Amino acid sequence: MANKLKEPLIHISRRSVLPWYQSWGIRAGAVILSLGVCALVTMLTTGENPFSVFGAIYDASFSTQRRTWVLFQNIAMLLSVSLAVVPAFRMRFWNLGGEGQMLAGGLASTACMICLRDVLPNAVLIPVIVVCSIAAGAIWGMIPALFKAKWGTNETLFTLMMNYIAIQLVSFFIIVWEMPKGAGQIGIINQNTEIGWLPAIGGQKYLLNIIVVAVLTAAMYVYMNYSKQGYEISVVGESVRTARYVGIKVERVIVRTMIISGALCGLTGMLLVSGTDHTLTTTITGGRGFTAVLVAWMAKFNPVWMILTSFLLVFLDKGAGDITTKFGLNRSFSDILTGIILFFIIGSEFFINYRISFRHSAKKGETDHV
Amino acid sequence: MNTSVAVEMRNISKRFGTVQANQDVSLDIRRGEILALLGENGSGKTTLMNMLAGIYFPDSGTISVNGEPAVIASPKEAFELGIGMIHQHFKLVDVLSAAENIVLGLEGKLDLKSAVKKIREICDAYGFDVNPSQKIYDMSVSQKQTVEIVKVLYRGADILILDEPTAVLTPQETDKLFAVLRNMRDDGKAIVIITHKLNEVQTLSDKVAVLRGGRYIGTLITKDTNAQEMTDMMVGRAVSLNIDRPDPVDPQLRLEIRDLTVRNEEGLLKLDHVSFDANSGEILGIAGISGAGQKELLEAIYGLQGTEEGTVIFHDPETNKAIDLKYKTPMQIRQLGVSLSFVPEDRLGMGLVGSMDITDNMMLRSYRSGPHGFLNRKAPKSMARWIIRELEISTPGTTTPVRRLSGGNVQKVLVGREIAQTPKVLMMAYPVRGLDINSSYTIYQLMNLQKEKGVAVIFVGEDLDVLMELCDRILVLCAGKVSGMVDGRKADKQKIGMMMTRVGGEQDGE
Repeated sequence: MANKLKEPLIHISRRSVLPWYQSWGIRAGAVILSLGVCALVTMLTTGENPFSVFGAIYDASFSTQRRTWVLFQNIAMLLSVSLAVVPAFRMRFWNLGGEGQMLAGGLASTACMICLRDVLPNAVLIPVIVVCSIAAGAIWGMIPALFKAKWGTNETLFTLMMNYIAIQLVSFFIIVWEMPKGAGQIGIINQNTEIGWLPAIGGQKYLLNIIVVAVLTAAMYVYMNYSKQGYEISVVGESVRTARYVGIKVERVIVRTMIISGALCGLTGMLLVSGTDHTLTTTITGGRGFTAVLVAWMAKFNPVWMILTSFLLVFLDKGAGDITTKFGLNRSFSDILTGIILFFIIGSEFFINYRISFRHSAKKGETDHV
Repeated sequence: MNTSVAVEMRNISKRFGTVQANQDVSLDIRRGEILALLGENGSGKTTLMNMLAGIYFPDSGTISVNGEPAVIASPKEAFELGIGMIHQHFKLVDVLSAAENIVLGLEGKLDLKSAVKKIREICDAYGFDVNPSQKIYDMSVSQKQTVEIVKVLYRGADILILDEPTAVLTPQETDKLFAVLRNMRDDGKAIVIITHKLNEVQTLSDKVAVLRGGRYIGTLITKDTNAQEMTDMMVGRAVSLNIDRPDPVDPQLRLEIRDLTVRNEEGLLKLDHVSFDANSGEILGIAGISGAGQKELLEAIYGLQGTEEGTVIFHDPETNKAIDLKYKTPMQIRQLGVSLSFVPEDRLGMGLVGSMDITDNMMLRSYRSGPHGFLNRKAPKSMARWIIRELEISTPGTTTPVRRLSGGNVQKVLVGREIAQTPKVLMMAYPVRGLDINSSYTIYQLMNLQKEKGVAVIFVGEDLDVLMELCDRILVLCAGKVSGMVDGRKADKQKIGMMMTRVGGEQDGE
């Protein structure tokens, strides 16, 4: 037993809370490190100069004014869905149905734009579109919540499956409203009259969306932190038993919160259909309902930090798309780069929560692990 | 008797984050001796023993077993050295039998027959009472504990560590356990029991080692010391060990419970026609083995537990009206103007929100007040400050999440909030569980203060000595039935112990 006196190589132990500058330092370090690894991977696998690749990623978002607008539009839409899922997530209700709730909202606004265009004047139609799409999203979010509150069904599976129902509904109505017949798509709705289109403030197509989402961000921050309902959500999320103990009606909070969550998703769907795209497809949501999960988690459900995380994800995604064309690389390559960066950012949380100490000789004593 | 040194720990230190759990602890464990490891909560007793059992690894210091330097990096290596630890929470598979649990995880061919034979030998040698083929789910807590001990012995351990083994036992079961431990000592095994109960130290141990704040304070020969000396060492200053019991002030009927019957979610009868009265200005103790229906009783009164039968009547001292609380939710009870406060057993799982700070936890009771939809943190914040000051809660501030506070401070936050509601009835489930002596006495004092204010205090406790010193009357529950009501001033511990096990079946405790 010669190796008996061997100390384990590493110990992992929980840290106490780090001051904010240290935890952000670790995160910043992770980003820098991840860029280094990306550069290395780029050089080794493609032979390209990593800095020109990084430059291309930057250019994808900021080289022209138009690109910057698109960047902000995409951030706004992703942030909007992420804000929508936050109340549900704070309640530990894993709403993976953002896609379906957005589609429900988009479908409602499409229906209003097509069916009511000859009935209502534009000034009345737009409020009707807003209300209908919010209601549609709210209903889509409320259904799984009712089942969860009444029978304790699993909300993850339920919301996920509601997505597919929404997709099928949208496919059906695309055929109903297809333009021209046989095209299999709706095309631009009311292209000549622009009825039901949200106004473009100052001629900027995306500005309204961006303003709406900015207001939503602030509102959600206040709602979660300073309202009684937000407080109830946090209590229910932390402990259902505590909530019951203080007399909170847990079932009501679940349903109410999911109505809010679904309603905001519906609003996002409306912003996409009436605000920017003016058409409806099954892929209009662009998977944002799922990406939102990542945005919210990385920001620890804090609406203000979510601005940062959604920016990061959109920026990386844009850059990734661009370098594939610019350098003739495979699309998978940009996914690899995005994956590396996310891996480092998410992995850095481990080092914020835990301390690793390596084997040390007994002589060094207490000083070496502070 | 052979009292050679079995384990020698030298200058052991261990640190978790900013907490120094152990600092330069040196300790000898001898064969043929029962060593009590005494210390308050957070004094590092369990951490120290966990390093011996291979669960943690010391930051510095050396351990020798049987005179040879040893490195214990895993529980398996601890077993190879003959060290076995019985933890507070049992690690048994419910659907397997005792014998199957005992051989579980051992290498080699599975031979239950010879295993059963060996288990019988161990049981005969030390006086254990285990049926090897009985399933764990059929066993009482003390039987499960016995299985854990046999499991450790089966693996050849001759250095046994027991972490607060009596916390879950009745007095009779405790006596039985102690007898077995004495047999093992006489057989030359080294035994350590971790405890913070002084009477156990005195009846069982040969030596007592005291830890305080992670440091080793000293070792005493048990028969040459007394409770006062041990407490002073443990706390670090002189402490009064007497619990006051002022006479009840003008007791009046406050809560009238009649034929309360409760089934749990699985449909099992948890309370069976329980009837009793609770009076104002009085502390009513509730004694019973864990799981005898204490939790269901308090939750049924408070409105969290659906009841099948029976009534709960609250007699309002201001209006002299009798209010029926049956089938009411906690919210409805409050809206009726009935002020019930409840300190539940599971503090962070039910009474408080661990991730929230003290202010937000104060707000749990009052956040609905105010006309608009936004929170007002002003009043809760000043209440948080008041409680921190009055109850001497040690915390960096009002914004620290309560999860980061020590057990005693968490309990003070909860008790403080509940008392601040100026209740008419104050119900407490195991309010001192896991608290050190100082915090426990603070809680007892608070209960007495409430009693003097005319509150009807209902106190579910596990330490019979404390119940008998503090309570005016003690209700004894046994398997969901009322086994009897005892006058706290004339109570006899053995008698209460028997009442805890006797009603509701043939098994008569002893």
